[in-house]
Amino acid sequence: MDQLLISPAPHLHSKDSTRRLMRDVIIALIPSVLVSISFAGLEALLVLSVSVATCVSVEFLITRFLMRRKTTLGDLSAVVTGVILALNLPASSPWWMVLIGAVIAIGVAKMTFGGLGHNLFNPALVGRVFLLISFPVQMTNWTVKNGFFSFGYKTADAVSGATPLGIIKEGLASGMTMEQISELHDFSYLEMLFGKIGGSLGEASALAILAGLVYLLARKVIRPHIPVSVILSAFIFSGVLWLTDPLHYADPVLQLLTGGLLFGAVFMATDYVTSPMSAAGMVIYGVGIGVITILIRVFGSYPEGVSFAILFMNAIVPLLNTYFKPKAYKKEVSRG
Amino acid sequence: MSRTFSVGGIHPDDSKFSMNQAVEEFPIPKRVFISMNQHLGAPAKPIVTKGDTVKVGQTIAEPGGFISAWVHSSVSGTVADVALYPDFLGKKVLTVVIDVTGDEWMPGIDRSPDIKNEITVSPAETIAKIAAAGVVGLGGAAFPTHVKLSPPPGSKAEYLILNGTECEPYLTSDYRLMIEHGQEVLIGGELMRRALGDVRGIIGIEDNKPKAIRYMQQLVENYLGWTVVPLKRRYPQGGEKQLIDAVLKRRVPSFALPISTGAVVQNVGTAFAVYEAVQKNKPLISNILTVTSQDPAIQKNYRFRIGTPVQEFLIASGAMDHEGKLIPAFTKIVNGGPMMGKPVSEPAGPVMKSTSALLLLTEKQARRKEEQNCIRCGKCAQACPMGLEPYLLYRLAMASRAEEMDENRIFDCIECGCCLYSCPAYIPLLDQLRIAKNASLKNKRK
Amino acid sequence: MTSILLYTILTLSLLGAILAVVLYFVAQRFKVTEDPRIDQVAAVLPGANCGACGSAGCRNFAELCVNSETLEKCFCPVGGNAVMQQVAIVLGKQVSEQAPMVAVLRCGGSCDKRTRVNIYDGSKSCKVMDSVYGSDTGCSYGCLGLGDCVAACAFDAIKMDPVTGLPGINEEKCTSCGACVKACPKNILELRPKGPKNRRVYVACASRDKGADTRKVCSAGCIGCKLCVKACPFEAITVTDNLAYIDFNKCRLCRKCVEVCPVHCILEVNFPLKKESIQNE
Repeated sequence: MDQLLISPAPHLHSKDSTRRLMRDVIIALIPSVLVSISFAGLEALLVLSVSVATCVSVEFLITRFLMRRKTTLGDLSAVVTGVILALNLPASSPWWMVLIGAVIAIGVAKMTFGGLGHNLFNPALVGRVFLLISFPVQMTNWTVKNGFFSFGYKTADAVSGATPLGIIKEGLASGMTMEQISELHDFSYLEMLFGKIGGSLGEASALAILAGLVYLLARKVIRPHIPVSVILSAFIFSGVLWLTDPLHYADPVLQLLTGGLLFGAVFMATDYVTSPMSAAGMVIYGVGIGVITILIRVFGSYPEGVSFAILFMNAIVPLLNTYFKPKAYKKEVSRG
Repeated sequence: MSRTFSVGGIHPDDSKFSMNQAVEEFPIPKRVFISMNQHLGAPAKPIVTKGDTVKVGQTIAEPGGFISAWVHSSVSGTVADVALYPDFLGKKVLTVVIDVTGDEWMPGIDRSPDIKNEITVSPAETIAKIAAAGVVGLGGAAFPTHVKLSPPPGSKAEYLILNGTECEPYLTSDYRLMIEHGQEVLIGGELMRRALGDVRGIIGIEDNKPKAIRYMQQLVENYLGWTVVPLKRRYPQGGEKQLIDAVLKRRVPSFALPISTGAVVQNVGTAFAVYEAVQKNKPLISNILTVTSQDPAIQKNYRFRIGTPVQEFLIASGAMDHEGKLIPAFTKIVNGGPMMGKPVSEPAGPVMKSTSALLLLTEKQARRKEEQNCIRCGKCAQACPMGLEPYLLYRLAMASRAEEMDENRIFDCIECGCCLYSCPAYIPLLDQLRIAKNASLKNKRK
Repeated sequence: MTSILLYTILTLSLLGAILAVVLYFVAQRFKVTEDPRIDQVAAVLPGANCGACGSAGCRNFAELCVNSETLEKCFCPVGGNAVMQQVAIVLGKQVSEQAPMVAVLRCGGSCDKRTRVNIYDGSKSCKVMDSVYGSDTGCSYGCLGLGDCVAACAFDAIKMDPVTGLPGINEEKCTSCGACVKACPKNILELRPKGPKNRRVYVACASRDKGADTRKVCSAGCIGCKLCVKACPFEAITVTDNLAYIDFNKCRLCRKCVEVCPVHCILEVNFPLKKESIQNE
């Protein structure tokens, strides 16, 4: 009888594991990764590799030598942070900047709090914002050297351009109206769906992001509450603004398809550790992100607001968890 | 559109491999161990001593309190001992050990296979006969049925719900009972329905058992006041609170009994035992259990005599050799279903009145994976059918913060296991919550 | 440029000064008068806030000492007699010496003496294992070895011995606060007096099984033979439910029981090796 296992019920377990969930997130990120490599070429590959390698190494070193515990790399969360951080950076990021970002993301934002599950803020976003504030020039250099696919759009060796949001911000600040701006620049929705606009690696193709969203929902990795509430609230809020003054506000579809809003809604706001636990909390969280993003984009001094919006709402999450509990089995209606 | 309960739940694989195995009579062992602790409430008190001869159906123990039950011999033979013997968990309990000779039954017990339709007893007589026959809830909890059928003053029954959901994976004993003895189950249900004051009768069956649903629907056509309600296949559809929610859309308040919503829930196995007790004068001395596993050769349903040692079943099905060692394929024996069953650490221990299954698990199925950090995914809270937050309660339990656990309704936990099942980080949630919950209830009783 | 500097310095200094005055008045208005002796007593207490004294923390205990007539019912096990003496001096009250206690494990069922009969795979906590079933050995009274006591100790005084599988208590660090005693679900940790020269004798077994059954599962288990009872000249030993127990108030450390115990389950701690046993080797 010495091989009999004894443990209390339940004796079965679902197939879910942290590793499996992280693996599914990586799979959902693959379309965005492929798009970024095809449009930004080897530069994108460099940024991705440096980011993932550094994230993994930092976590390994800290876990084994500082915390003296068994390594936790098997749960693949460091890889996910690495990929998401990379997709938040411009293709032209120098390797040392990516390295610093990854060290901050894993070392400061994740491990100082105690490792996976203990961090308050989204690690990849902390890394990205740290780089944005420390190296503003490099972080807004959107030059893209020749990628692998041209789709006939390019005739020069490199395309240097600000992101659409940056163009809009500058234009509006200098007194132009939206019509004038869009006459000067070609803001094609189609281009935004498929990529080939300036921006961070992951902001390129909305379609790739949506493919990832569909996969995550189908595999039951995430629930629709956060992505839907972020997207809807941003759409509605920017729509209301646009309706009041179409000349001086970008239309909501443009707002949705540019910048990191879609990517943030699908991959960063849905991070388990830093998002609320109940459906009601998730909706409020999503609405907060959507509204704050548009506020920063329109009224703030930065052209892009998703990172700050998500970090801000991350800080509110513990409050949301305290006051918005999951649906309970409670005696609601009196019988008879 | 099948009904279901409204909060939480999970979808484990059905694994109802033994669904089409007709119930076989399990051979009577040479020795039975009848525990005095087979029901909820006070242990029974033996009224036989070493050396007495007993027949099948003879009373061998009387109730030890108000919530207690009579116990009868399931075999004929001689009482070998009345002492402390280990149960299947290794805990020593007072047991009546009987050496078997032959299969002589007490006179007055109707052993014929004819189904007795006619009900000639009054409600009071029904309940008295149920009590005298030692019938307890055969859904697993083993609560004395005659107590459940007598609502406390201030509560009134409106519905009798027969629980034919069998929501635990692997288990098929209730299914086979409905297929093979549906008529008797319904007569037993009818007896209980009348005893409760002519209330409405409902039979809840999960929709993964279409044959049983159809058959019971056919049978209830001959009875007034009965409906069959198909329910979605979901765990824990058969939990009392969830079943009442699914069928009646009523919720049981914390600390209250289900009768406070007007519903009395009984397992179909209990209904069958009621039929035998009242119509056939047969006390509760046997039941049906499923011996099951992933191995196609070990998937059977047996009618057994109470007190048969667990290892008898395992040896007979080939899962154990004659020295009492499990074959290498399996590493865990579970008494009951995989979600709420208890682990067997002493296979010489006996099966009880309400044992519904013996499940054999392989190393791959049974061995728990290493615990990792909570990733705050919330899957446990999504799965909890009582709408609790297991991740939060676990943290509070580890820090021994009893007051905050009470604020978060730890006492509402039904120990279904959905939380531990869903946790991707393999955190042993229910292990700690169970202890915290029992401590909380103990405190409240003070 | 200088004007900006000047203005900044002036503004901030003025702000600082105003706030300082406001804070001073607020502090005075909301001052709580406390007996200054509470602070003095709290200063000599260990500050572990372990609750062993029965109060909610060291400060509460200090309050209790100050407000009580005598220090009879006040004792800090962690600080011991030394600290209580200091408290007595501060308050000018009398305090009586109490025998220092130490935690003791009443189980000798190490891995070599008690074999595992199944594998426990649940949550690694003694409390959980105890709630599931008797034990992964045949003895349902003995140590489960999963370390709830180690986790409960705030003074790093108890550690799991990897060889024996039992917890070992460091008597220098042990403050007899009682946390491990409360944490053990089998109730086999006991607070006993450290004894003169730190010597003590106790029965290292808690099994109430009949002798024959105990013997089957553990070679160091008490079989309830009562030889120790007969041997003790001070009537300090009683056997109830097949288990011997030494009353530490009556025990005089003569160790006759240790000699006669056939299973060697009575332990003597911190005694020099006996001359006879050395000669016999």
